[in-house]
Amino acid sequence: MNARAPLLQVTGLAVSYGGIKAVKGIDLEVASGEMVCLIGANGAGKTSTLKAIAGLLPVARDSIRFESEPIGGRPAFELVRRGLALVPEGRGVFSQLTVDENLAMGAYIRRDHAEIRRDLDNIFDLFPRLKERRQQTAGTLSGGEQQMLAIGRALMSRPRLLLLDEPSMGLAPLVVARIFEIITEVARQGVTVLVVEQNARLALQRCDRGYVMESGVVTLHDTASALLDNDQVRKAYLGE
Amino acid sequence: MMKLDLSARLPWIGIVLVALALAVLPFALAGIGTTWVRITNLALLFALLALGLNIVVGFAGLLDLGYIAFYAVGAYVYALLASPQFGLHLPFWAIIPLGALVACIFGVLLGAPTLKLRGDYLAIVTLGFGEIIRIFLNNLSQPVNITNGPQGISRIDSFRLGDFDFGKSEMLFGLNFSGPIKYYYLLLLVLIVIIVVNMRLQHSRIGRAWEAIREDEVAARAMGIDTTRMKLLAFAMGASFGGIAGGIFSSMQGFISPESFVLVESIMVLAMVVLGGMGNIWGVILGALLLSFVPELLRHTIEPLQRSLFGRSIVEPEVVRMLLFGLALVLMMLYRPAGLLPSAVRRRELARKSVEP
Ligand SMILES: Nc1ncnc2c1ncn2[C@@H]1O[C@H](COP(=O)(O)OP(=O)(O)OP(=O)(O)O)[C@@H](O)[C@H]1O
Ligand SMILES: [Mg+2]
Repeated sequence: MNARAPLLQVTGLAVSYGGIKAVKGIDLEVASGEMVCLIGANGAGKTSTLKAIAGLLPVARDSIRFESEPIGGRPAFELVRRGLALVPEGRGVFSQLTVDENLAMGAYIRRDHAEIRRDLDNIFDLFPRLKERRQQTAGTLSGGEQQMLAIGRALMSRPRLLLLDEPSMGLAPLVVARIFEIITEVARQGVTVLVVEQNARLALQRCDRGYVMESGVVTLHDTASALLDNDQVRKAYLGE
Repeated sequence: MMKLDLSARLPWIGIVLVALALAVLPFALAGIGTTWVRITNLALLFALLALGLNIVVGFAGLLDLGYIAFYAVGAYVYALLASPQFGLHLPFWAIIPLGALVACIFGVLLGAPTLKLRGDYLAIVTLGFGEIIRIFLNNLSQPVNITNGPQGISRIDSFRLGDFDFGKSEMLFGLNFSGPIKYYYLLLLVLIVIIVVNMRLQHSRIGRAWEAIREDEVAARAMGIDTTRMKLLAFAMGASFGGIAGGIFSSMQGFISPESFVLVESIMVLAMVVLGGMGNIWGVILGALLLSFVPELLRHTIEPLQRSLFGRSIVEPEVVRMLLFGLALVLMMLYRPAGLLPSAVRRRELARKSVEP
């Protein structure tokens, strides 16, 4: 495992908006098959990091490598074809399109219609609630259903790396638990996952490893269980 | 069994009937007066324009207030290459594609710097672009006379294929095919082609990409859609259609000047798209036909009506026209905001917006 290069390798990633430095040179790795989380307080730079990885922000070319290839600053539409999919903060579903149309949009880059249909069935197995609402417009779904749709839509591109930005945002604890169960199931099916979360406890319980971010820098990284036991983490993020 | 057969055939019977009606229409109109054939031709031309603008506004959701500029470009390309202005008389089948191409290039020139703009900002830039083109056409008579300035270009060639001249009357199959009637059939043919292109576009990957961009541009990019290219494509395709319509206009009228390409014309075409139903091909055509015919009907009824009632004309037909136009738009926005024949998605969009606070 160690001999092989990680699926995603971030080195010295810096993001700035005009003069404001939001991410100040962070390192981060995700190996193939892993489920990794990135936790931190509001404004720590988690979304900026994820957006940079997904190709939505301009960054240095060598600061992000995917399957050893430098991809920093490559446009998002190209990265989707390489196997990266982002579930954006606040879900970003196409609210006036139906559930079916949203999922079809997720498979935009693909032309293998038979396989697409198979993946669609798989997604409806993961999210039976979506199956019942196929013709409903996405904007009329509940928050939890929209999150499911956003994840399903991202999976329709058959990603190797799934990036999720705060899937728990604004959802009831029970729904959040269900969403994380599904993400774990997706990871178990072979998709590598990098998830940004405010709900540190849940994320650490589900993930293999975790990174802690504070005002633009990574202050800690370890296995999830070690972080759950870490005093600093317990105080700052687990409210103990 | 009989019944089932009939209902399966019914759409075909309908299509045949409509085709027959469209085929005999110009002769029926010529019976009332050749003016009406000309009016119908202009209406068809506006339907072409509206379908072109519909690609930009209806499909891709980019508000373009300078669309008439592409029509102008197509018209001037034709006029310059087929008139005594430069003594050039190239055949139409060579110039029309060229006009489409030049308009397409202008479309990309407008599109490229405005890609990051949305909504109001885009509207203002496109409006400015339309005016710039018109002002150029108005002033390109000095120091070298290219466009002949405000006087415009006259004696533009009509379409000609061998001995068949679209500008001349001719007896065929015992019927008198006048110039306007020939143009009518040509326009109908072009319109059908453009309708088919629009329909195919709408249900293609490109059409879906436009739909995604209209809904949420960042999410569209995350789906793997090259939003930059798709937006440029919308501008380019809309502009090409405008260029083709402009070329036909030029040859049909035989005379063009910058006055035909003022801002009001852009707004008129946009009104056709909005009134008919943005994104719905049939709605857009309906909008174009209504906004072309109703004013003419008014022109031909209001004057005589006033004369017979009051002995003289009290209110100018133009005033009544604008009044009714304004009233129609207000009523539309109140009762059918998505247009007369709204597209499925637009209907949903507006339905939701009116429920939400
Ligand atoms: N478009 C932008 N323009 C300017 N500053 C921005 C922009 N986006 C983010 N920032 C700033 O960058 C910093 C990091 O923001 P980011 O959204 O990455 O944080 P986050 O960790 O995702 O926070 P949250 O948990 O609240 O989502 C913040 O200080 C924010 O104000
Ligand atoms: Mg965030």
